[in-house]
Amino acid sequence: MIRRLFALTASLLLPVAAFGAEWNLVALMHRLAEQRSGEARFSESKHLAILAAPVLSSGVLRFRAPDRLEKITEAPRPESLVLDGDTLTVTREARRQVVRLADYPQAAAFVDSIRSTLAGDHAALERTYALHLSGARARWTLSLLPRDPKLAERVLRITIRGSDATLSEIEVLLADGDRSVMTIRDAVPTR
Amino acid sequence: MRPRRAAALAAWVTLLVACVAVIAQTRFTADLSAFLPRTPTAEQQLLVDQLTDGMVSRLLLVAIEGGDAKARADASRALAQRLRADPAFGMVANGEPVHEEHDRKLLYHNRYLLSPAVAPERFTAVGLEAAIGESVALLASPLGMLTKSLLPADPTGEMLALVERFEAGARPAQAEGAWASRDGERALLLVQTRAAGSDMDAQQAAIAAVRSAFEATRHGAAAAGLSLVMSGPGVFAVDARATIRGEVTRLALLSTAIVVTLLLFIYRSLPALVLGLLPVVTGAVAAVAAVSLGFGMVHGITLGFGTTLVGEAVDYAIYLFVQHDPAGEDGHDARPAFWPTIRLGVMTSICGFAALLFSGFPGLAQLGLYSVTGLVVAATTARFVLPALLPSGFRIRDVSPLGRRLQHLVAGAHRLRWPLVALTLAAAAAIHLHRDRVWNHELAALSPVPTTAQALDQALRADLGAPDVRYVVVVSAPDREAALAGAEEVGGRLEPLLGEGVLGGYESPAHYLPSQATQLARRASLPEAGLLATRLADATAGLPLSAERLAPFLAEVEAARRRAPLTREDLEGTSFALAADSLLVRQHGHWSALLPLTAPDGGARAIDAARVRAALATNDGAQAVFVDTKGESDRLYAGYLQEARLLAFAGLAAIVALLALTLRSARRVAGVLTPLAAAVLAVVAGLLLSGVTLTILHLVGLLLIVAVGSNYALFFDRAAGAAGPTPRTLASMLFATLTTVAGFGLLAFSSVPVLQAIGTTVGPGAILALVFSAITASRPAPDLRPS
Repeated sequence: MIRRLFALTASLLLPVAAFGAEWNLVALMHRLAEQRSGEARFSESKHLAILAAPVLSSGVLRFRAPDRLEKITEAPRPESLVLDGDTLTVTREARRQVVRLADYPQAAAFVDSIRSTLAGDHAALERTYALHLSGARARWTLSLLPRDPKLAERVLRITIRGSDATLSEIEVLLADGDRSVMTIRDAVPTR
Repeated sequence: MRPRRAAALAAWVTLLVACVAVIAQTRFTADLSAFLPRTPTAEQQLLVDQLTDGMVSRLLLVAIEGGDAKARADASRALAQRLRADPAFGMVANGEPVHEEHDRKLLYHNRYLLSPAVAPERFTAVGLEAAIGESVALLASPLGMLTKSLLPADPTGEMLALVERFEAGARPAQAEGAWASRDGERALLLVQTRAAGSDMDAQQAAIAAVRSAFEATRHGAAAAGLSLVMSGPGVFAVDARATIRGEVTRLALLSTAIVVTLLLFIYRSLPALVLGLLPVVTGAVAAVAAVSLGFGMVHGITLGFGTTLVGEAVDYAIYLFVQHDPAGEDGHDARPAFWPTIRLGVMTSICGFAALLFSGFPGLAQLGLYSVTGLVVAATTARFVLPALLPSGFRIRDVSPLGRRLQHLVAGAHRLRWPLVALTLAAAAAIHLHRDRVWNHELAALSPVPTTAQALDQALRADLGAPDVRYVVVVSAPDREAALAGAEEVGGRLEPLLGEGVLGGYESPAHYLPSQATQLARRASLPEAGLLATRLADATAGLPLSAERLAPFLAEVEAARRRAPLTREDLEGTSFALAADSLLVRQHGHWSALLPLTAPDGGARAIDAARVRAALATNDGAQAVFVDTKGESDRLYAGYLQEARLLAFAGLAAIVALLALTLRSARRVAGVLTPLAAAVLAVVAGLLLSGVTLTILHLVGLLLIVAVGSNYALFFDRAAGAAGPTPRTLASMLFATLTTVAGFGLLAFSSVPVLQAIGTTVGPGAILALVFSAITASRPAPDLRPS
């Protein structure tokens, strides 16, 4: 009886022990890299100085390691953005645009930061941003500060919040004071 | 007799001198002009213009292979940099954003002149509210990041609409910052020469410049494994010219060598050889001069075909020499006996070749004129000049022993009658079985471009998304402005087809350079500052965007109201200059606007030509012609083929009529024609069985089998009453056939499809005509042994 209780306690404690292992960037990236693919709903609000009210949108995010990210906006207008390797495909109202990511460094920085985070690609993130992780495994905050001065002229900071291997919010603060907040929920792993 | 001989010699020398004088002025070409129609329809003219001078004709498709992606991209950039500095090239595109800055500036500053959305309604309060609302909604999109900064100055989104229109369409894949093939194994460049596609020397120089620029950029270990591949109309044309030139030289040398060897073997006499070649040379010289006078230039293919004339024309001297005998076997000069037969033979040949003269296919018409002139002059020289030059007592080796052996063979040939009937029936059956695929219906069948080169071209074209301008609408007008206005009007008629999925898209010069009238109308729809401010305030009342934020918009609209309309000069330094120049061309004293159409679903479906034509015909504004260039070229070829059938039939009819008139006996005409028909059937069956589909040139070859073969049949016919042709006649016929076969047979090994087709038809056909004539003419004879 006692032995069984001990075993139960041990099994309960084990994950806690693992949880207690040092939580740092390497651990976060490692956990993120383990998630090969997933799908989640998002809602995004953009706060732009030029507009009196925020613009809202919502839809589905899909990720498949190593480098495919889909952002399917369902409202207010259907639109899709697919980042596959270096190619960004934007489809809006029967118009399809395929652009090379390198041609649009600013736009690229944003989508690429999400993709590299989801992929747990520590090296890629470090190349573009100075990273700072705070909080605990259950609730962490990762700050990305652009290294490239040109990018820094546009993007002030990207803040990603999450819990363990799940992202819950991405906030982008632009240099001109405009800001967008994307909330992520109902994340499920996919095949 | 003396004065007549002197007169003949004098006329001959005069003719030679005159011909040489003409030839000295002659332009020789080896481009693709032989395949283009002489009297084109409007659609065909467009096709011809596109092939010779259009933008497509000036495109070079360049690929760099080998090495790794980085080395290829680096080489692509280095090559592009060199070519951009070379004034021979108008455009060098490899995926680098060279014009981007200028392009964007031009679009931005002229957006109210260029955007099709600019109209008075768009600048009413309602119109502004809709347009601005759209732009605000776009801010929610990821593209909002790009458009946000534009919003205060361009709230109606004209710039974005323009960018989207110009960036639409398939663009090549990228690897390491340069265009790459879809499989990533090649770096790609698209180069446009300034020189017209029809300027072969300039095209050749441009191709050489690309190659040497590539060599010059190859340094370092990474570049070692790289190689350059090129394609495009210019490359094809230059290669074809080189091939045709090489072929002509090779064929001329070979056929001369063969005929000379053969003649030396027969005559065993150098003077005889020289004299024997005299009619040939005279005929060839006169033929070239005649073509030069008749067509203004001589095509390489005509010269290549000329080798057959060597084989044909040498026959007359053979007949003369072999049968010339001061103390002949019959005890008298044989000349009078065989000349009528030769004359009839020459005339049937002329009937065959003359049919070609009337062809709308310049290549064929040249062949016709060349052959008719060559044969007439060669025969006349052999008949009137050559005898005058023969030294007294001239004689060649006696060929009678060979002739008698032949006579023996011929005597036994009647046993082959039934096998011949069986063979002919089998041939007819084979043709019947293959009746569905006898004819090749594509112009490409005549193309001197090897199929491997065509495949490479298609691969590069697909990867580059290069325009092949298969479908194009052409608007013609007396001046540039009218052409642009026409292009705008036609664009308006095409627009509904985009939505209906009939078209994937269309290009227009008016996209880059709207007509002045349109630009002024757009400018006039911009309200003056005070009015616009009032309307803007109304428009933004219900939007989360206050009018105060849009002060730059008011200023820019006011500036646009004072901006002069765009002209062609304003496009200089942007990628739109080339686009406008390619799509708006001045030809034959009038202007043509070209509107290339893209097939729907990324080219997966074909364009419904009937719907496009219907859309273009809906009103009687600008004159617009829809051209399917592929269809048009095939139709062009179908026209040639149809015409060639008619001409072949006419030629055949002329030959039959000539024979009927001369021989005055249906039985004898049938006797002459039967072996020829059998030969034609056998050759057609042979070609079909070896997988060849017949082109127009095979058809011409068949006509020539009848025209040339009738000579042999006539000799047998002449002798039909007697015990068959004399041994000497037989020997000379054998020699004549051998030289003819040598001439045509050589063509069979040519890599120029046009020449090869004629060679593979006439070469075997001539032999069969001789053999079949011998079989049908012969009859069992009791004793033919020499007494």
